[in-house]
Amino acid sequence: MTAPSIVLTSLTKRFGSFTALDRLDLKLEGGKCVGFLGPNGAGKTTALKLLTDMIFPTEGECFLNGISVQRERMRALEAAGVLIESPEVYPSLSPTQALEMVADLRGMSRTEREERIPAVLAEVKMSEWAHVKVGKFSKGMKQRINIAAALVHDPEIVVLDEPATGLDPRGMSEVRSIVRDLKKHDRLIFMSSHILAEVTDVCDEVALINHGKLLFYDTLENVTAKFSAGHSSVDASFARPVPERTVADRLAAESDLLKVEQLDPRRYRLQFKGGPAVQARLLRKLSDEALELVSFTESKSALEEVYLSQIEKGD
Amino acid sequence: MSAAAIPATTTVPAPTAKHERTPLRSWQQALKLTRYQLRDYLFSRRFILMMSIVAIIGAILTAVVGYYRPAAFLSGSDAFYSTLWGSGVTVVIVFAGVIFGGDAIAGEFQNRTGYFLMGQPIRRATVYVGKYIAAFVAALTAVVLFALVLLANGSYYFGAGAFTANFGASFVLAVVYLLALLGATFLFSSLFKTSTYATLVVAVLFLFGFMILQALIQGLAHTTPWYILTYADSIIGGVFNASCASAPGTHTCTQPGPGGEITQTVTNATIPEGVGIMIAYFVITAILGLLSFEREEFS
Repeated sequence: MTAPSIVLTSLTKRFGSFTALDRLDLKLEGGKCVGFLGPNGAGKTTALKLLTDMIFPTEGECFLNGISVQRERMRALEAAGVLIESPEVYPSLSPTQALEMVADLRGMSRTEREERIPAVLAEVKMSEWAHVKVGKFSKGMKQRINIAAALVHDPEIVVLDEPATGLDPRGMSEVRSIVRDLKKHDRLIFMSSHILAEVTDVCDEVALINHGKLLFYDTLENVTAKFSAGHSSVDASFARPVPERTVADRLAAESDLLKVEQLDPRRYRLQFKGGPAVQARLLRKLSDEALELVSFTESKSALEEVYLSQIEKGD
Repeated sequence: MSAAAIPATTTVPAPTAKHERTPLRSWQQALKLTRYQLRDYLFSRRFILMMSIVAIIGAILTAVVGYYRPAAFLSGSDAFYSTLWGSGVTVVIVFAGVIFGGDAIAGEFQNRTGYFLMGQPIRRATVYVGKYIAAFVAALTAVVLFALVLLANGSYYFGAGAFTANFGASFVLAVVYLLALLGATFLFSSLFKTSTYATLVVAVLFLFGFMILQALIQGLAHTTPWYILTYADSIIGGVFNASCASAPGTHTCTQPGPGGEITQTVTNATIPEGVGIMIAYFVITAILGLLSFEREEFS
């Protein structure tokens, strides 16, 4: 089996005089999760709709596992599970019936359906409502069914357009868990999102677009390292309030440390140059019984800083 | 409704083995989709509404004929069906077309159900055909119910003589008319992305628009409006040959009027003409509707 792949070549979409997507080239390959970032109107959903043949390109082409979506829609989409724009299920169908419809259209056997449908319904925590009409569901519950529909045939490629839309915090956390689980099974996941913490949490790589143009595509580590000028930052949390002076004293001899910023009396953000070796040294210096360090994690705002700086540059 | 009561811990096993899958052909997918779409129709309020309309029309006809016993209707089964079935079933078909077909395609955009379907490996044309067949079967159910009501009435008045070949032929013509009307309805539905506009246009055109247009063309231009679908529907009642005014073809009919008898020339579609117009409508609207839907973007 070859590695799953998504390829967009010179993908352009114009709506009248407005260019939503401008010669976008992107090649994703292998089992991983790629976050697709960009502000509202950047062209994310347009690109995903072109990738799934919901709209037609002005120029360019999309390929799923090497098969042209524009020329061989049916064969190309066989490998993909798709969730675009929070669709609605026919209201008089139950989740089980809706998933049976998807499974039926995809030629899944009865045995496979009986195995997969309860499993994906359990995965999205909808087993209890498996036989209730979808018309009575909340937006979040419908979105869970949409996610289940994208996964029911165990696709190699999963295309998700803001999957956490309409979900409560618990639902968002569950979506992240589902995506992490998919990665374990060598799936290629291409996911647009506005939630940078979600992307940082589950994605291996990120692609950022603005005004229909690709700004960058790289691994999360490379992106934060490259665009933060080789600087990294970590957040250190303590069990009790620690004076800023104490932290500064502990790290005074550390020449790679650039900045210590107090986030609150118990939390500090340390900005430093260098890689994991410097990070490990900082950790050693802070981890003694007197300070009661309880966590030491890469700053979640690294991607946010890169995102904002690149978007501002583009604007 | 909230998801709060769901047990929080669920571990999903990966598929135990790769199952062999045979990708379906488009016609197989269309039939599968028809099944689910039909289920959606049969459990919907619109189906109950349609059946209620047929039941009410049937009940009114039964009561009026039973109470007044009009001699003209009860002179024979052909006269009975010519008016009651010939006029009634076209109304039932138009209602069924509006109710099941008006928003069939437009609703896929407005209600966002199309986004659910179009993520699957299925052609747009397959979705169109699957939905058309489902709407046709649902509408046909209403037509069959109306036919049963009239046959029950007919057998009450005429016994075994109620089940005539003419009624069978008229039923077939009604089914062809349903095919054509739904084809046109689906075309209008595919041209709009808003269900209300699609339903409104279809309702206005088939309930009043075409009939007014036909009357104007015949009255003012004195030409035969063979290109209007409602011109062709006269063959459904005309097949019974029950009166000069409703018989297929062109006739000079003398009818009682104010101040004496009135003689006028009546032009109705002949059976082959009517069937030809209906089939042409079905084929042309199906092709145009499919082309239109193939080019529609889910933007």
